[in-house]
Amino acid sequence: MHGGRSMAEFLQLLVNGLAVGCIYGLVALGFVLIYKAGEVVNFAQGEMMMLGAFVAFTFIVQFGLNYWIGLALAVVVMAAFGGLLDIVVVRRIIGQPQFSTVMLTIGLGVMMRSGASMVWGPETRGLPSPFDKTVLQIDGVVLSAVYLAILVTTALLCVFLLGFFRFTRVGLAMQAASQNQLAAYCMGIPVKRVLSSVWALSAGVATIAGVMLAPISLIDPNTGAIGLKAFAAAVIGGFGSIPGAVVGGILIGLIELFSGVYLPEGFKDTAAYIVLLAVLVVRPQGLFGAVGRKKV
Amino acid sequence: MRFIFKTRYDQDINLFPHGGAVFWYSLLAVTLLSVPLIVTPFYVGELSFLFIWSLAGLSLMVLTGYTGLISIGHAAFLGIGAYVHAYLVRHGVPFIPAILCGGFAAAAAGLVIGIPAIRMRGLYLAIATLAFSAIAEEVFVRWETLTGGSRGVPVPKPQFLGIEIDNEIGFYYLCLAILVLCILGIVNLLRAPTGRAWIAIRDSEIAAQSMGVNLAGYKALAFAVSAFLAGIAGGLFAHKVGYLTPDIFTPILSIQLLMLVMVGGVGSIHGAIFGAIFLVLLPTVISIARDYLPAAIGQQPALEPGIYGLILVLVVLLEPLGLNGLWLKIKFFFSQFPMYKSATFKRQKTYMRTERLQ
Repeated sequence: MHGGRSMAEFLQLLVNGLAVGCIYGLVALGFVLIYKAGEVVNFAQGEMMMLGAFVAFTFIVQFGLNYWIGLALAVVVMAAFGGLLDIVVVRRIIGQPQFSTVMLTIGLGVMMRSGASMVWGPETRGLPSPFDKTVLQIDGVVLSAVYLAILVTTALLCVFLLGFFRFTRVGLAMQAASQNQLAAYCMGIPVKRVLSSVWALSAGVATIAGVMLAPISLIDPNTGAIGLKAFAAAVIGGFGSIPGAVVGGILIGLIELFSGVYLPEGFKDTAAYIVLLAVLVVRPQGLFGAVGRKKV
Repeated sequence: MRFIFKTRYDQDINLFPHGGAVFWYSLLAVTLLSVPLIVTPFYVGELSFLFIWSLAGLSLMVLTGYTGLISIGHAAFLGIGAYVHAYLVRHGVPFIPAILCGGFAAAAAGLVIGIPAIRMRGLYLAIATLAFSAIAEEVFVRWETLTGGSRGVPVPKPQFLGIEIDNEIGFYYLCLAILVLCILGIVNLLRAPTGRAWIAIRDSEIAAQSMGVNLAGYKALAFAVSAFLAGIAGGLFAHKVGYLTPDIFTPILSIQLLMLVMVGGVGSIHGAIFGAIFLVLLPTVISIARDYLPAAIGQQPALEPGIYGLILVLVVLLEPLGLNGLWLKIKFFFSQFPMYKSATFKRQKTYMRTERLQ
């Protein structure tokens, strides 16, 4: 009996961890897209996710739109925001030391956080989802449909992105620009515009992550701190590999939930960072090592 | 215009480049020593805050401005220094050993982060320091014997050589003395091989390595020195605020420190001081500005961090050398008077693709 219950608990944790991990993975994917394309590390990715969730909150709760329409509008709005951010701000510092880009994106993140707190208030907000009420029971394991929906959405989004990068002109242009900007430019690819569309894409992905996160952990202007956990995911994945980011996110999500249950109090919030530091010390190129360290 | 004719090699490493500098720094010293006799205790207190911020800024300047390593988690080092110092002082350890222990504890933590940093490029390092400060924040809440948990701990007044320093003026001189000692120490390090090696690493790791600079050793050393200074600043800070709670040492403090370094001017000790002055004045300016802004914006508590972020963005975009760069430009304008060319300060762009090779 006892074994059965802990088995059920284990399965539940597994699904929840996978779901949370998928969200980390999607945010990490946003980092990786931007990093691969423009060598800019976007420390504001978590904040973009938070903003996306709030924009969706405005459309769905405040304007009372249909969930899917609201989600789609939020993705469009945030994609435009991401693209504009690149055109207006980030593009100006390309060619300057990495330090500048780090400072710039940190500054942007702080501004987004404070802006969100000014517009939507510092309270925590819930975002209803069509899967809220549904609960699946399989062999005594109670699974909330919200978590399953996250898994399915992430899988669909990954397939979509894979197809996008492989079969569309824009996707191929993004790949080319991320491999060699000069060569891409010589082949007639408008590199600047492609970089801006990468920002737009990444903001869109972050929005979807934010909307999925909202039902399982309420959103407030500080939700963007998840960005740090997504960093852990990206580093584990090798900071340059898109599948690596998603797998890294899932690992972080699982580690976090399991350490919350099986380890002493306090480890749940720090487990991701401890794993991050451990990976950086032991295997800085990440578990998947897409971008190896070249030696001169 | 001043021409410095160099007739001896020693002149390259002189503490003061010329007699004018000696004059101005002496004047500054006299002013700072006599300030508490003139102004009210409130401003003396604000000035000691300025010295503590300058010390914290100096610590980040060593790491970020001179060695080119980014730390987004400097609040953690400040916190370690503050808590260790407060713990020792509460248990009767005299001021000097206690603050040194705080510094060394922070330096040890810095080494723990710095040693893996050897293998990391700038970006990974920034993430590692961020993660480290997140862990430190959790530890500050949980380790109740040291930190009193989320309730916090009171910090007794400093006792210096058996005399309790319970007024603002005494504390002012204490902070001033420690700041001057630390600045002199860093200036000396910077004109010694250590500092040269740090600057070489900042400018190009490959070049530094090929000149025989031990990258690993000097990076770890930079971390240790920087964390040591941050720890000392933390100890003074603990006395200044009088009561330590974990919510002092949050990421926003780290960002304020980064802003200090950026606004002041990366890569100069003057910059750390300018940045600290800016940071001490800013809350006053913001609270004045609140009255003039429409209430919907002016009364928002989130206004302050938002302005910090905005300043960070504007400095990166418009004046990457910060206040110190601005000062150098103004000085250059007058010394070259009719011949000033803005192209002198044009920044050279380096495309980051090459950084992947390092």
